[in-house]
Amino acid sequence: MRVRHLLSPLVASARDLLPIVVVIAFFQLLVLQQPIPNLGELLVGTLFVMIGLAMFVRGLEMGLFPIGESMAYAFARKGSLAWLSLFAFALGFGTTIAEPALIAVADEAAEVAAAGNMIDTSDEAKAFYANGLRLTVALSVGFAILIGVLRIIRGWPIHYLIIAGYIGVIVMTAFAPPEIIGIAYDSGGVTTSTITVPLVTALGVGLASSIKGRNPMIDGFGLIAFASLTPMIFVMAYGMFI
Amino acid sequence: MTLTERMIELAYTLLATVTDVLPIAVIIFGFQLLVLRKPVPRLKRVLAGFAYVLIGLAFFLEGLEMALFPLGKLMAAQLTDPAFISGITDHVTSFDWWDYRWVYLFAFAIGFSTTIAEPSLLAVAIKANQVSAGSIGIMGLRVAVALGVAVGIALGSYRIISGTPLHWYIIAGYVVVVIQTYFAPRLIIALAYDSGGVTTSTVTVPLVAALGLGLAGTVPGRSVLLDGFGLIAFASLFPIMTVMAYAQLSEWRNRRAKGSN
Repeated sequence: MRVRHLLSPLVASARDLLPIVVVIAFFQLLVLQQPIPNLGELLVGTLFVMIGLAMFVRGLEMGLFPIGESMAYAFARKGSLAWLSLFAFALGFGTTIAEPALIAVADEAAEVAAAGNMIDTSDEAKAFYANGLRLTVALSVGFAILIGVLRIIRGWPIHYLIIAGYIGVIVMTAFAPPEIIGIAYDSGGVTTSTITVPLVTALGVGLASSIKGRNPMIDGFGLIAFASLTPMIFVMAYGMFI
Repeated sequence: MTLTERMIELAYTLLATVTDVLPIAVIIFGFQLLVLRKPVPRLKRVLAGFAYVLIGLAFFLEGLEMALFPLGKLMAAQLTDPAFISGITDHVTSFDWWDYRWVYLFAFAIGFSTTIAEPSLLAVAIKANQVSAGSIGIMGLRVAVALGVAVGIALGSYRIISGTPLHWYIIAGYVVVVIQTYFAPRLIIALAYDSGGVTTSTVTVPLVAALGLGLAGTVPGRSVLLDGFGLIAFASLFPIMTVMAYAQLSEWRNRRAKGSN
């Protein structure tokens, strides 16, 4: 019983990893026709990934989902829109400003801007630009979660907001400097980290289930969608004004 | 690398994950204690859950660093290398888009397989399965999203190779999403929009970035700085379409099954 309890999550994560192993082996052995280097490292690494994924899923169900949901219920019971809005903004801003993927993208963006003569090529100018960009994206994610939470409470249909966002992206694309467009489009995808996603999803679903007249399926999801849309608009705006 | 060095590496990765999660923990427990002023239900279990998530992510990232990233990145570089491309083609001086056929297949395969292993997508799929009382399958949703990422990255690679402007593809994608929204079942729409953002995370981004940089750096006339970006944008747009298509397909199949009875 106990052994099965430990083994089945490992088997599940092994199954999740199998496609990557097959793809890498296929290209390495058949297309590039080279042997697989460091087979030992590869096996230990794959084992690490399996253990990590299984523990992550366990922690998700014990920690991240319950805390996200219980906070959503507590805020709904408290009934203070101001505190909930502040919490939503803080959660979006706070989880994004420290996101390593965003730091990497911001540094690359500064390189692009310097190469395109948009800013000075000195290190200080680049650091200033990169920090400004990070702050912009973090503000935009905070704003996105805030709007998303308001949408759940008011029951606004998501597609109108998303279509409005798409129009915003298209309009900004016409005016933003061409160098920034690729970075802006990518910044939408990199903002939401592995810890933020489960928390924010549980928060949205929890809010939608605790408010009368909301359907957790229709109204509970959608926070991540806003968080990946607003950075595109904000980053293009940043590119226009700097 | 020896075992001791490995353990030190793992400890560093764990430290980095702890630093990442610190602002989140401060916000959550700050609001819980100061604003909600209620004890966290089953606090011990929740804290243990956080510990599991942190240690799990550290193992996950360290394992990827050991096993998959070096090989995957090397592979992306080799497949886009002109020396490899000229080996499979009879064009000598300039390559056309079809000479990169292995790149498209690699982009598709790596996009699909890394998305299946993406932890944040798994989290959303588990939640969607719970909320929909089982009518949305965990694996079904993940496969739909992974197919979207696969098509997106393959098309994104074609865009870098052909040098066509990014925004036309994205705008065309938006038009398709808006049309699909009109026809798709209402219950899936918010989840479909969400699936765009969750796909590109820990596993996918480093490998896809390596592919983009490899292509932009070796295809003649492309610049790493200007053309290397954009693959992530493709990978976040196409899953929206495939998830809505998945819902439309299952609705259509249900209706047909009912009709035949």
